[in-house]
Amino acid sequence: MATTKKDPVLVILQLTGANDYLNTIIPYTEPEYWDNRPKVHIPEDQMLRIDDKLAFRPNMEPLKAIYDDGKMAIIHGIGFENSPRSHFRAMDIWHTCEPDVVGTEGWVAKMSRDLDPNGENVVKTVNFGQGLPRALALRGVPVTSVSNLETYGVFSNVPGINAQEERNQLLDRFARMYAPAVGTGPTMDYLGQTGRDALKGADIIKSATEKYSSTIEYADNAIAKCLRDVARVHLADLGTQVFYTAHGPFDTHFNQPPMHTILWTEVLGAISVFFADLKEHDAGDNVIMMLFTEFGRRVKDNGTGTDHGAGGVAFVIGERVNGGMYGTYPSLKPEDLSQGDLAPSYDFRGFYSSVIDQWLGLDPVPIVGGKFEQMAFV
Amino acid sequence: MAHQEDIALMAHLMRRAGFGAPREELEARVAKGYEATVEELLDPESQPAIDEDMLYRYFPGYEGALGPPINQAEWVYRMINTQRPLEEKMALFWHQLFATGNSKVDNPPEITQQIAMFRKHGLGNFRDLLVELAKSPAMIYWLDNNGNHADAINENWGRELMELFALGVGNYSEDDIKEASRAFTGWTIAPKIPRNPLGRFYWKFEYKPEDHDDGEKTFLGQTGNFNGEDVIDILVDQQASPKFLSRHLYNFFVADEPQVPAWDITPPGDPEAIQVLVDAYVESNYDIRTMLRVLFNSDFFKNARFARVKSPAELVVGTARMAGNYNGPRPGFNMLAMECNWQGQELLNPPSVESWHTGPEWIDGGALVRRVNYAANLLGNTSLPGVKSVIAGLKTKGNLSPADLVAGCLDAIGPLDVSESTYGELLAQAQEGGELRWNTEEDQTKSEQRIGILLALIAASRDYQFA
Repeated sequence: MATTKKDPVLVILQLTGANDYLNTIIPYTEPEYWDNRPKVHIPEDQMLRIDDKLAFRPNMEPLKAIYDDGKMAIIHGIGFENSPRSHFRAMDIWHTCEPDVVGTEGWVAKMSRDLDPNGENVVKTVNFGQGLPRALALRGVPVTSVSNLETYGVFSNVPGINAQEERNQLLDRFARMYAPAVGTGPTMDYLGQTGRDALKGADIIKSATEKYSSTIEYADNAIAKCLRDVARVHLADLGTQVFYTAHGPFDTHFNQPPMHTILWTEVLGAISVFFADLKEHDAGDNVIMMLFTEFGRRVKDNGTGTDHGAGGVAFVIGERVNGGMYGTYPSLKPEDLSQGDLAPSYDFRGFYSSVIDQWLGLDPVPIVGGKFEQMAFV
Repeated sequence: MAHQEDIALMAHLMRRAGFGAPREELEARVAKGYEATVEELLDPESQPAIDEDMLYRYFPGYEGALGPPINQAEWVYRMINTQRPLEEKMALFWHQLFATGNSKVDNPPEITQQIAMFRKHGLGNFRDLLVELAKSPAMIYWLDNNGNHADAINENWGRELMELFALGVGNYSEDDIKEASRAFTGWTIAPKIPRNPLGRFYWKFEYKPEDHDDGEKTFLGQTGNFNGEDVIDILVDQQASPKFLSRHLYNFFVADEPQVPAWDITPPGDPEAIQVLVDAYVESNYDIRTMLRVLFNSDFFKNARFARVKSPAELVVGTARMAGNYNGPRPGFNMLAMECNWQGQELLNPPSVESWHTGPEWIDGGALVRRVNYAANLLGNTSLPGVKSVIAGLKTKGNLSPADLVAGCLDAIGPLDVSESTYGELLAQAQEGGELRWNTEEDQTKSEQRIGILLALIAASRDYQFA
């Protein structure tokens, strides 16, 4: 709960582009799997069996190890009714919890506001990536968004500024240019405050790179770098409780088998190294990570890949997670499909609510816009 | 050499009616005259259009671009390279007003078609523009008019047409919304042609008389067997209509107003200016070009320098134009489009039909850092043509005192007015290097560097955030 010595920390990893549920957790005993996936399937001798019904895809050993250790929950059939099959719209719905109207307020930002009602910590929520996902957007809620931890901040790579000393001098000038001044009007004042806050956020975040040391080596790919940044900021103990990052594109319409393998290899490599890093620093027991994607992919393959579908799968990983399967794998029987897709069996807002309520100790109702069935994975 | 005040005024006009202009262009326009420049801007067809044949030869993916950021990059290319700045600026104005987003339409080429329609009709008659908008397939889909049937109305389009596009809240009743929606039944999209085997087809507007509710309607006090065009005729004759449009034009071209949802409770900052625009609308029978002619020639416009926070599109495009390295086809437009996204304005995908919040609300911590770094990186780069030309211009003045150096840089980058605190820091920076000299090769290199850093510092200032 939020008042214990170590505050709970949530890492959100968005699998952008719609991950193929059927080839991630494979229902290998269902004849419909083999009928519908003549080309894009996982051969039976390569899959990693979980039980007598389901199996992980072959390169999921790191995840299987975590699962076997009881520290990973699999949330089956997640999604929402009338899934729009559009990446943009579906991702918006996941970000704003507004399936019926176009929403603008992000659920993560609302959560961040409730964690820090006075906006005192500008790094309460940190996004790693370019630009701010709508999940983190809400007027008046400061969120720090970092594309590269090493170079984050003002004047990060002006061509003519080479020496750090020179940059520091310009940063001092920037701070004085943005200092409060009498009689310049509300917009100038607001810009001044925002500029000074940004410098403060950059200074705070910067300390994370200086303090960090680890024997763990991260791979050289985007998601590994992002999770390393998450680890560095988390280990710097800056009061950050929510981290957000994304990886993709999982939009495997074409040439799926090798693409899907590469993507999961990168993600799983990064996740297992990340948790090992936290463990080395004895800083993992208050961290959980949730993985979601905007929807699953079509049951029937298209020859080399899969098209947009509906129901998908989500994961939660962490020391304090009650591992196992949650919910039910949607039926693959033709009569149960919704326009050729798996019919979602669990509303994603219940998934969010479980984390918000049981992990962060906040009231989920105003954040997700209603009361939804929770699961007890944390 | 033109008078400094004339240059400053011309720079203001070009920042607002376009995306800024380099010094040589400003001087040429001053020589031509202010009013003549306004007339040229108002008559885009007097200037050559973008050479699409060449554009699509270099960027085949731009034609009917299937998704972000290519579709956005194509528009950014046009904003930077257009010789018809006001045509492009009006397309942006209408996009921000009639906000249609890919998040739901999920068909980027259709939104690009809508922007092309804004280019074509954006300076014409407001009534005709609303009719075109009502027939825009992207808009029909965005606001569900394809689900608005004679036997079951869908009010989405009818409501937003009045609330967000033509009148503003408080100027119609719920019954008016229902009646307007009835009048627009049957305005739909023709059945889509399957992509296979012939490729992609644009959506087409279709009027289906059999799905139109032909009964009598009472709309804003008038009764008749109204169809959609009748509703638009009635709308543009409402008193609220020119007030609403004028306030949008004022907010976009003159000075920041409060956010649109507050307009029914907060009066305009300059009611007299709004009235001048309203009169132009009434006298010209809803002619947007006439309204803009009055606006650009008015004192309230000329005196409103740096009274608006630049939108991300204005900041990204204006700075790129100043840096001068995006003239014509070359790599990098995708990055410029992404830069707009990262600064908070994802072109062709506004956050909702209520569009972006503007003015100070463009700015948050992340957006400000991006704006500052983006502009400082370009204007601080002494290898770019626009920056080289600033350096060359300063060099012609010979050795310069620190104060003259600062004045020269501020002049070249705008001319830009800055606050005392900004000026103090710029001067202190310039004083550190002493007199700017060009005597030796070493002087030369050092002076170029100093100018680059000074330009970066100006680009990072609060003052640079304003248009």
